[in-house]
Amino acid sequence: MWDYLKLVLLGLVAVLMMYLASEARDLAYLVAALIGLLSAAIAFVVTLRGLGDEKAPKTGYLDDPIRIGVILTAFWGVVGFLVGVTIAFQLAFPELNFAWAHGYFNFGRLRPLHTSAVIFAFGGTGLLTTSFYIVQRTTGARLWSDSLAWFVFWGYQVVILLAATGYILGATQGKEYAEFEWYTDWWLTIVWVGYLLLYMGTLMKRKEPHIYVANWFFLSFIVTIAMLHVVNNLAIPVSLFGSKSVQLFAGVQDAMTQWWYGHNAVGFFLTAGFLGMMYYFVPKQAERPVFSYKLSIIHFWALIFLYIWAGPHHLHYTALPDWASTLGMVFSVMLWMPSWGGMINGLMTLSGAWDKLRTDPIIRMMVISVGFYGMSTFEGPMMSIKAVNSLSHYTDWTIGHVHSGALGWNGMITFGALYYLFPRLWNKEGVYSLRLVSWHFWLATIGIVLYAASMWVTGIMEGLMWREVDAHGFLVNSFADTVAAKHPMYIVRGLGGVLYLTGALIMSYNLWMTVKRAPLAQKTAAAAPAE
Amino acid sequence: MHGQDTYSIFREFADSWMLLAMFTFFVLTVVWVFRPGSRKTYEDTASIPFRHENQPAGDRDVPGAQ
Repeated sequence: MWDYLKLVLLGLVAVLMMYLASEARDLAYLVAALIGLLSAAIAFVVTLRGLGDEKAPKTGYLDDPIRIGVILTAFWGVVGFLVGVTIAFQLAFPELNFAWAHGYFNFGRLRPLHTSAVIFAFGGTGLLTTSFYIVQRTTGARLWSDSLAWFVFWGYQVVILLAATGYILGATQGKEYAEFEWYTDWWLTIVWVGYLLLYMGTLMKRKEPHIYVANWFFLSFIVTIAMLHVVNNLAIPVSLFGSKSVQLFAGVQDAMTQWWYGHNAVGFFLTAGFLGMMYYFVPKQAERPVFSYKLSIIHFWALIFLYIWAGPHHLHYTALPDWASTLGMVFSVMLWMPSWGGMINGLMTLSGAWDKLRTDPIIRMMVISVGFYGMSTFEGPMMSIKAVNSLSHYTDWTIGHVHSGALGWNGMITFGALYYLFPRLWNKEGVYSLRLVSWHFWLATIGIVLYAASMWVTGIMEGLMWREVDAHGFLVNSFADTVAAKHPMYIVRGLGGVLYLTGALIMSYNLWMTVKRAPLAQKTAAAAPAE
Repeated sequence: MHGQDTYSIFREFADSWMLLAMFTFFVLTVVWVFRPGSRKTYEDTASIPFRHENQPAGDRDVPGAQ
């Protein structure tokens, strides 16, 4: 009965999408409607083909979406890094903004594509996938609902497609990290509510009396992102058949809402969610429980209470009231404590097993990611101090900071998780080649070092050049002078990106070969000798 | 309070009672974490990832079993 209802619903959605496509006022909206039509059609066919099948008993964990998810995570990673390398060289060599591609593939269109591809496509798919895996293993329960899990998983991929095509075709709200237009916002809201229900439902039917700390972090990520997303995207569409919308807030209120959103996207998407990964995969790979469970609880609550206030540090020396900007600064500096508490907890999980660093490149990857977490959460509070910010703001130092966090912390922990998950999901002994993991590790690490170091140099340099005045109080440098001076560092940054991308390609090959060639794991659980 | 605009009312509440409530909640959490007997509970909780690697609890294994 439910299947027939589903078919009717999907058919109606497909017809609605056709109608919307026929009424579309602009190209981005037309493409979005066609993506909706195609998604509904595919879902319709899949449901139709499954009709009347004997329903297999639902035992074991639901790992199918996770298997697709880890592949897509690697894929989106490569896409995001590739676009990043492209725009890095577009900045170094403006001729790469080809005349024939203007309006589609110039820097302005590709930049949001890059940031969203790495944060929401690579990071988001990674978070969704690992959270599905972790919540099942730490509750001892199968996901609450199979069909809801599939809906959330594919629904999120549709969000990515809508956002990506929108950027290329010029549909943007102009809000950093929240660029996608109203229809994508609405769809993401629906998917996200489904995600919350799925997660809560699984936690409710857990077989363990306690909720493991990784789930606390994932849950805070889901709840907070829902709140941030809805408030920051309060917008009225100009037309129901067009992609343009108008923001509800204006002026400094809009700016403050945007950076309340922006910084907490860093705090709850890129930090809390990935800490959920850390608290599961680091103990598993090190084969010992987390260093201090008490510390992990304090880490969690301190992070929750402090992060939400840190946003105003993005708006120092603007129309924002002084008290708000000071509040943002103070809370950012206080955030240093829980961040380092979490870092220590992650690193010390290896105490007594430090030798694994020598033999296991996967744990090395996880450890350096936690190291970068510590480094960027030291750099961030420092940059939020008003005096430092007056030098660093609007310079490339900020870009360097973001990348040491994103490439170092988010990227490396996700790579570690992928190396962990692939052999287990395909029942293999281990990854295809540990040597290639080592290659990936070093390429990525050197890539980040090149990236961060060149951005420190160029950022501080341009900050100093902008404020340099002569004896009469006139500015010494024009803006173009600083741009010219940055050229060599831009090339170094691009090279760093190339190394990081190469590492990700090697990883993709290694993971592919793990599925294809690595020997099957032996079922030794019953025959394992007592230790 | 009477006659004030909403901003001032919210502001006054936020930096007095709300601040106190959240701070108290946080301090109590920290105290609660160190309550007597918590070590045993947390040792058990921290080992959850090592229990249900391959199948859900109840399919074959029992909670708490390695």
